[in-house]
Formats: sequence, structure tokens, C-alpha cells
Amino acid sequence: MEVKQISVFLENKKGRLWEAMNVLAKAQINIRALSIADTSEFGILRLIVPDPEKAKKILAQSSFTVRENDVIAVGVSDKPGGLAGVLKILTDADINVEYVYAFVEKSGKKAVVVLRTDSINKGKKALKKAGVAVLSSQGSYIPCPETDHRHALTG
Amino acid sequence: MIWNKEAECMRIGEREKLQLERMKAILKRTYRNVPYYKKRFDEMKVKPGDIKRLNDIQNFPFTTKTDLREGYPFGLFAVPRREIVEVHTSSGTTGKPTVSGYTKKDIEIWGEVVARALTMCGATKDDIIQNGYGYGLFTGGLGVHYGAQRIGATVIPISAGQTKRHLEIMYDFGSTILTCTPSYALYLTEAAEEAGLNVKKLKLKAGCFGAEMWTDRMRDEIEKRFHLIALNIYGLTEIIGPGVAQECDQKNGLHIFEDHFYPEVVSPETLEPLPEGEKGELVLTTLTREGTPMIRFRTRDITTLRREICKCGRTLVRMDRITGRTDDMLKIRGVLVFPYQIEKALLEIKGVEPHYQIIVTRPHHLDEIEVQVETSKKLFSDEVRHLEEVRKKIENRIENSIGLRVKVTLVEPKTLPRSEGKAKRVIDKRQL
Repeated sequence: MEVKQISVFLENKKGRLWEAMNVLAKAQINIRALSIADTSEFGILRLIVPDPEKAKKILAQSSFTVRENDVIAVGVSDKPGGLAGVLKILTDADINVEYVYAFVEKSGKKAVVVLRTDSINKGKKALKKAGVAVLSSQGSYIPCPETDHRHALTG
Repeated sequence: MIWNKEAECMRIGEREKLQLERMKAILKRTYRNVPYYKKRFDEMKVKPGDIKRLNDIQNFPFTTKTDLREGYPFGLFAVPRREIVEVHTSSGTTGKPTVSGYTKKDIEIWGEVVARALTMCGATKDDIIQNGYGYGLFTGGLGVHYGAQRIGATVIPISAGQTKRHLEIMYDFGSTILTCTPSYALYLTEAAEEAGLNVKKLKLKAGCFGAEMWTDRMRDEIEKRFHLIALNIYGLTEIIGPGVAQECDQKNGLHIFEDHFYPEVVSPETLEPLPEGEKGELVLTTLTREGTPMIRFRTRDITTLRREICKCGRTLVRMDRITGRTDDMLKIRGVLVFPYQIEKALLEIKGVEPHYQIIVTRPHHLDEIEVQVETSKKLFSDEVRHLEEVRKKIENRIENSIGLRVKVTLVEPKTLPRSEGKAKRVIDKRQL
């Protein structure tokens, strides 16, 4: 299984982000991580949720433009130089990073970094080769209440 | 199929004789019965008796929408008011509406020309026509209704709007012909898709779409999504309503029902008549209307007339799909721009939906055009860079087409107004 990210097109208008969030809230969809890329006219909301299919469907039904795509999620130690180490691997392999965002896992020991490289496969391969833990499923990199029993961060 | 072979395939010389006879009669009638026309003819020193050849109509004054407003509401009736059995008005978006009065015979003629149009789309007595044009003062609904009744087809007077109901009825009743504006047809295809309906189960075979400008690309899109043949109908309230002209299955221009409506094309700038094959403003004279006959009515629609005989066998002159309106014509930094050109450019880019709006402003003494385009699933990406590329691509494509740099803004889907009547494509915010 891949880590799926949901992206939503948002016009730069008052209340649009709230409307998108409200749609997800009403459908009881919890958000694990998010980032927003903004330009002067529009923004791209990127989300990691436990059930991307459901989120995608529900947002599309409310007339949002939604896309689903693969991203790379890696666990790095929550200490100085954690992300730099990962990026060095990609730089050495001549792989370009389109965007990146990160969040700290609940246990607080690891940070999870979501990466989008120009080629997802190449990026993943390079990281695996260097021994970085590439997370491989939607729910496993961060324990959520209903999956607490599953122990996360398996490479 | 041809509804009235005698009229539609008449030898050209014979038709011209008929037109001349009718032209003489209608000029006489308007001169005698409508004070407005008498005044204008006298001012121009022309008399109905001056008509010797069809071309002589060129010496008579034009009639414009503004002229019609002078006579509002009933001043242009050529018969006593009690002979009028029905009235329709234009939408009145640009001022007081213009009033069209129909006698019993006018309604019959209307039914006849729309019957010809619907027959061109393949309609017969056996068909179920789902009429999505608005019923009411707008001529679309009742015009198609009269034509359908003349043929003896089953007409569903569902009118515009109520999309869910439209789809439900389309499925349950097995409608075979859809009549509505092309933008509404496109909207219906979207709604069907969204509702997850299986379009293969539809019985639609043809669509008779008009009342607004559209493009071949929109035609392709509707045809592909609804599996039907989409044909163009033309008409306007001042002349009669829908049924002035209709495209046949050759998709090679719209046949004007010349035995009832006499067409000319003039230069929108000099108003001089243009030879066949040249693009200009369509001017129409009604040859048989009793209630409100129109002499040289300036339609504001830009088209070209073509005389070559069509493969369908009709000898009627053809007009090109309307490519602009003289009053839609934008003058941007001195350059003439038609919204149609922008639409065409947009549709040449894969994934772009034909939903857009043009906003003209003059922020610092210089005109600027912003084109808002709805994003679609196909255009969208999780990368800003990619979306910026799409935006630039659209900007370049439009610049190639109109010779001006525009600003393209991507907006969320379904945020631009969809019309049930006429789509409003241009918002001109310049204070000129």
C-alpha cells in the first residue's frame, strides 16, 4: 500500500478552507497532517487522512476539485539534522523535491516527513537504499485512536 | 427528412419571385399601418412602390432595438390590438424589452418554421421531445412547443431548470429529442455524470440547441457525453422566435427559411451591404409577419451567408454559426475582440471545460482582460508549478488568438454562473 495524499484546489476566497474542513468534519474524517501551498489567487490544500477514498468522494460531492496521489512518508528522529539527513540522500541521488511537510508523531520520538519528489519511485528507492524507514501504509505511521494497537513505523 | 419539400427545396428563381411579391406586400402594409415605419420611410424618401428587385430593400432604413423601444409597448403592431392573440418580449437585459405581437396566422407560421427545424433534427410524429427552453415571455419554450405540436410529436413542456427532474424524465419517459440552450445541455450531461447515471440507457437521438452562442467543441462535448447529434437552431424574438434558421445533419451552416425571412449581411462599421461569403452583421426582414413585421432589423449577430446548394437537398441559403455579437464586440486597447475567439482558444487546450468568464477592467488607463477558467479534475495537480504552467499555457493560447496578453485566473469548478437562458460571458467593468 502506498501513502495517499489528497489535494484540494482552493480559490483564495474567505471561508473556503473552512468549508473544506467542515465537509470533512461532518463526515467524521480526521486529518493526520496537512499543508497548504498558496499563491496570490489560489491554494492547494494537501491532506493525509486515514481513508483517502472516502475523503475524496465526500469532497468531490461538495464540488471541490480533488486529486489523490502518492507521496513518500518517512520517519526521522525528532532531533536536529533529522530532515537534513534525508534530504542529503535525495540530493546525492539527483532527485528534486517538489514540496515537503512534516509533523511530529504522537509518541514524540519521531517526526514524520511527507515528501513529494519528481519521481516518487526513484525517491523511494534512493531512501530505502540508504536505510531510511519509508512508511508504507495510511494508518501505520501515526497511531490513531482506533488503530492504537497497531505498532507503527515499520519500514 | 424534410418537413415542407415544396418550400425548402424550391427552385431559387421561383423563390425569389415569391420573396419579391411578399416583400412588396409587407412594405405596403407596414407603411400604411405603422406610423413609425411611415415616418422613417418618408424621412429617407422611400416608398413601398420603389421595390422592383429584392436588392432594392437596401434603400430602406434599418430597424434597431432602440427604434422598437420608441414604440413600446404596442406602437409597432401592424394590425389592431384585438387581432393579436399572443405577445412575447425580449429579455430586456439592456433596457425596456421589445414586444413582438402574433396574430393567429403568425402563430401558424411559427409552428410551420419550427416544424421544419425539428424535422431537420430528425423529429417525427413518433418522437418524444423534451423541451427545456423556458416557457413564458421568452420565445424558446412556446416556439418549440408549437413546432412539435405541428409535427404531432409528443412534447414534454418541462421548461428550463429543475435539473434532477429533467434527468429523471429523460430516463423514465425515454425522451428522444432534447431542446434547450447548449450550455444547459452541457450542464445536464455533467449532472447525469455526477449522479452516476448510465447515459447508455438514454434514448436521446438528437438535440436542437440554440438561443445563445456556442462552438463546435461544445457540440463535440455534448454529442460525446449524451450520444446524440447536436444541431444548431437560430431565431430571435423580434423576428418570430426560434425557427428563423436551423442546421441540417450536414452540420454545414444553418438554413434560413427565406420564404418567411429575407436575410442580408452588412458591415457592422459602415452598414454597407456585403457580398455573399463575407462576414458581417445579419439583417432580417420578415416577409409574412402580420402582427409586428420587421423591416431590415439589425440582429447584432455576426455571420456569413453561403449560397452553394447543400447536400441535404434544400435550396435555402445557409448562415454560419454565429461567431459574435456586434454589441458583445469588445474594443480592448483598440483591438476588436470577440468572446468567441477566447472561447475557441480555451477549448483547444485539453482538459479545459467550456466554463469561463471574461472580465474587462481599466485599472490605470489601460484595458485589462481577466479570463476566469474553471479548473477540472484533468487540469488540477498537487503541484503549484504544474498549475502555474496550465495558467501560462492558457494565457499564451489566448494571446495567439486575439493578439493581446490576458490574465488567466483558475477558479473552482461550478462557481461561474451556468445559464438556463443566455450565458453571461463578459463583464465589462470599464467606466467609459
